[in-house]
Amino acid sequence: MPKPSNQALLSVRNLRIEFPNRRGILVAVDDISFDIAPGEILGVVGESGAGKSLTGAAIIGLLEPPGRIARGEIILEGERIDHLPYEELRKIRGRRIGAIFQDPLTSLNPLYSVGRQLIETIQTHLPLNEREARVRALELLEEVGIPGAEERIDHYPHQFSGGMRQRVVIALALCAEPRLIIADEPTTALDVSIQAQIISLLKGLCHEHGTAVMLVTHDMGVIAEAADRVAVMYSGRIAEIGPVQEVVRTAKHPYTHGLMGSIPHIGHHVDQLTQIEGSMPRLQEIPTGCPFNPRCIQVMDRCLVERPDLQGVDQSEVACHLFDEAGLAAGAGE
Amino acid sequence: MIAFLVRRLLQAIAVMAVVALCAFFMFQFVGDPVNQMVAEDATDEDREYLREQLGLNDPIPVQFGKFALNAAQGNFGVSYQHKRAVSTLILERMPATLELAVTAAILAALLGVPMGVYTGLRRDGFASKVIMTLSLIGISLPTFLIGILLIYLFAVILGWLPSFGRGEVVQVGAWESNFLSASGLKSIILPAITLALFQMTFIMRLIRSEMLEVLRTDFIKFARARGLSNRAVNYGHALKNTLVPVITIIGLQLGSLIAFAIITETVFQWPGMGQLFLQAVQVVDIPIMSAYLILIAFFFVIINLIVDMLYYVVDPRLRVDQPTGGGHG
Repeated sequence: MPKPSNQALLSVRNLRIEFPNRRGILVAVDDISFDIAPGEILGVVGESGAGKSLTGAAIIGLLEPPGRIARGEIILEGERIDHLPYEELRKIRGRRIGAIFQDPLTSLNPLYSVGRQLIETIQTHLPLNEREARVRALELLEEVGIPGAEERIDHYPHQFSGGMRQRVVIALALCAEPRLIIADEPTTALDVSIQAQIISLLKGLCHEHGTAVMLVTHDMGVIAEAADRVAVMYSGRIAEIGPVQEVVRTAKHPYTHGLMGSIPHIGHHVDQLTQIEGSMPRLQEIPTGCPFNPRCIQVMDRCLVERPDLQGVDQSEVACHLFDEAGLAAGAGE
Repeated sequence: MIAFLVRRLLQAIAVMAVVALCAFFMFQFVGDPVNQMVAEDATDEDREYLREQLGLNDPIPVQFGKFALNAAQGNFGVSYQHKRAVSTLILERMPATLELAVTAAILAALLGVPMGVYTGLRRDGFASKVIMTLSLIGISLPTFLIGILLIYLFAVILGWLPSFGRGEVVQVGAWESNFLSASGLKSIILPAITLALFQMTFIMRLIRSEMLEVLRTDFIKFARARGLSNRAVNYGHALKNTLVPVITIIGLQLGSLIAFAIITETVFQWPGMGQLFLQAVQVVDIPIMSAYLILIAFFFVIINLIVDMLYYVVDPRLRVDQPTGGGHG
């Protein structure tokens, strides 16, 4: 398990998210730990239901009941924030952690002009008067690349296209210069041609401002393009986490391997894309041992009974028993 | 906006014309008015004279033309029963009904909206569950029963409030008002509550379900993620988004309050238009019935028109004359 490092901006330790229901307790996120360094873009990738969005929601304290953090800690700049009262956490949201959601078409209130929504957010967090806030709102709109910001600021969300709205959403997330942005599938609802623009805008802005990003997506292409590191989630656990080049080029976990094999590459002719047989288990049917064992092509006896912990391999960490031997061998060699 | 208004006005006129046609045909099918008007020993000449006087021998389109023209000028003929102009009769009664309906509407909105917001925000709270349970009474008990129960409790047992009539009314110009005397104010309490109770629970339940719906939307989640205060999120963002359906319903309900005050007016012997209408039905006083029909339709059309214009104020997506679209990616 990784140790909390001093320079980490955000540190998630042994986070467990549960959904109590009539039949018992569903564990949606089970004992995950990771760090995000200042200015770093961490990609979080996985299938629907892997727990990636829930992790993001838990960090900003907006898990929807009955979902709850059952165990673990979330530490922002050395301060534990997961057990703060609502009002305290509200002051952190938008100010120190910004958020961007999946669908820009529905993220903005249709009844208010984008300027009003920007000014409202700015004034919530910064001690500016109406006029100063408007100036800042204009700057933000220009910064996210909205042409004619002076005129557009008084327009309503329905007067913007999807890509433009997502730019407004990014401006809203950047209002108070947060240190971290949780971007939950920021491009999934957009046209493919727009996706790349938004990703490069997000990447550029965060680089300029030194803002770290937790980029939740199921699109490996987006991860490969934007992220510094990537965490692969499966059934509420982290299967593999490491530098993006290493995870993409030399995937270690059989699941990651399968994910990478399922991406078509331009210029490489293959007769058939590999695919991972079966589907991710439902929350109430997660098998004992490694949750991936029913689908794994390299499954061993051990995988059926013992849950693998994350262990360091090269610069990554992998939760897979395949690497136990390597670790043991290295230990025996001393 | 102008084009929209003109279009709506034309529609309104069309609706009123159809209603006038219905009102007119009441005269044709609901018995022979002459029988109601003449004495038992009247001769055929007397009857024929009366027919001629009333224009009943003209061709039907001509009769309708005259009727519609008169109606448009507020002239609905003479009541068979009262032998007075219907318009005067109705104008005399209108203040009573309007004051009752408006008081009930204000009562319903002032209590219904906050309770709806409260139960929407704290849907699992104890108080919300109590309110929701009690609201079933308002929804399910018929108005006359609520009225009688209120009379029994507050007028008969406790003796606090009068059980019928308007009390002492004060004349303000042509308008008789309840609000300027103590007995008038006391008199309007029970009928207004009776009339408001259903509307109040209805508005409350509507706002609650709309709030629950809106609170689930992405822009509310995003508003919270931006760190806006609860007050800004709940009232500035959520409540405002419930307003379009709520304005529609409240508007239409105000129409129904005026139209269906009949029952409350009967229970409380309230001298309003409803009572006048009910008496008219009992003696087949068709001019009053048809005038009432036209008047109520007129109220509905006007309220609808106002509601449509309020949409424009509330929802910018409907202001089509603004520049839209533009910009890509």
